[in-house]
Amino acid sequence: MKASHTELIVRALENGTVIDHIPAEKLFKIVSILNLDTIADQITIGNNLESKKLGKKGVIKIADKVFKAEELNKIALLAPTARINIVKNYEVVEKIDLSLPEQINDILQCVNPMCVTNKQPVATRFDLTDRKRGLLKCHYCERALSLSEIVLK
Amino acid sequence: MIKANGLVSITDCDKDDILRILDLAEQFEKHPNPHLLDGKLVATLFFEPSTRTRLSFETAVQRLGGRVIGFSDAATSSSSKGETLHDTIKMVSNYVDLIVMRHPVEGAARYASEVAGVPVINAGDGANQHPTQTMLDLYSIKKTQGRLDNLTISMVGDLKYGRTVHSLLQAMQYFNPTYNFVAPPELRMPEQYRLFCEEKGLKYKEETDLNAVLKTSDILYMTRVQQERFTDPVEYEKVRNTYTLRNSMLEDTKDNLRILHPLPRITEIAADVDANPKAYYFEQARNGVFARQAVICSILGLV
Repeated sequence: MKASHTELIVRALENGTVIDHIPAEKLFKIVSILNLDTIADQITIGNNLESKKLGKKGVIKIADKVFKAEELNKIALLAPTARINIVKNYEVVEKIDLSLPEQINDILQCVNPMCVTNKQPVATRFDLTDRKRGLLKCHYCERALSLSEIVLK
Repeated sequence: MIKANGLVSITDCDKDDILRILDLAEQFEKHPNPHLLDGKLVATLFFEPSTRTRLSFETAVQRLGGRVIGFSDAATSSSSKGETLHDTIKMVSNYVDLIVMRHPVEGAARYASEVAGVPVINAGDGANQHPTQTMLDLYSIKKTQGRLDNLTISMVGDLKYGRTVHSLLQAMQYFNPTYNFVAPPELRMPEQYRLFCEEKGLKYKEETDLNAVLKTSDILYMTRVQQERFTDPVEYEKVRNTYTLRNSMLEDTKDNLRILHPLPRITEIAADVDANPKAYYFEQARNGVFARQAVICSILGLV
């Protein structure tokens, strides 16, 4: 019953975007980094829904909203398992698989307190050095870090 | 590839870049004063004092006929008034043909190279990079061994924070080295660099005893163990004595062994080693002028 209920919520969206398969513990972080608490569009948020893959998952659906690439990058960093569905006239017309970009600009904070991006007004930039292992390198101070260590700005 | 906007990190250099710079350094050693920089002005911006490196760069420029402006301490620059690095670099790049900079903040040189209208050479950015030091280390290795390939290089001391060993480790990747990393557990080679070796298929061994590597080494690269890295002063005293190289320890070492040190050395090489022909650290510093001349002229497209 619960699964079909989830489906029903998703289908109830006329036009917009559904972010599905969000690990439950990441849901509110995603709400926060996408600034969904400040937008005027209709939003439905579900969390701790049953999921075969994740155990418990979160879903966000937003009416009349298409995410920009940089917003998708933010989601990919926090919840690489998430699925993005674009809905038009109650139908999923496009599924977007998230993947980390080669370069991540101005989303993350460098963990190195002596990095120039933490000392001067400089936008951060990280380069993906190992997609499989999820390793990044700060373009400026060259500090390597894994996805589990990232800090969002 | 070394780019026209300067040399910020040794990781910007491929094998051909390194070999070209070392060949050029050899030329400059043979003919030290060609007037390649006549009419050129170079800024040496030292936001953090470093007498050795600054004098080496300034010697390199002046021996090539160029002139130098700059400051040797951030206290005498406009950054002490709160000017951003961005603005200082923008201003200076209006005046000169090349900027050489040292800055305590990591990534400062990379950022400067993106902002400046002229090439930037990194003369040290905090614990991160100091690529011309690496070039002079490589030049010293090549000069003393006659080759770069298939050497056993033992790195000793502070392998955790020592940027010179990290850069040398990266630069030697093209030459099939065998590494010995000799350090106390507190100052062990960081995982990032051990992973680097594994990815590139570079052989390495970790040791805590300096004596264990002496007989097999071609190059002994000593570094300073700094007291401030230790929370326990007793630990520091213990480590400091363990990692002191003495002349008596060099008896059964290879004839071609040479001892390198980025200097300044404190207690990690005893003074009685200086007279041993295997001690090479002072000549190594001299090689810095030739290596820097090679980098400067290469970046300015003069050779």
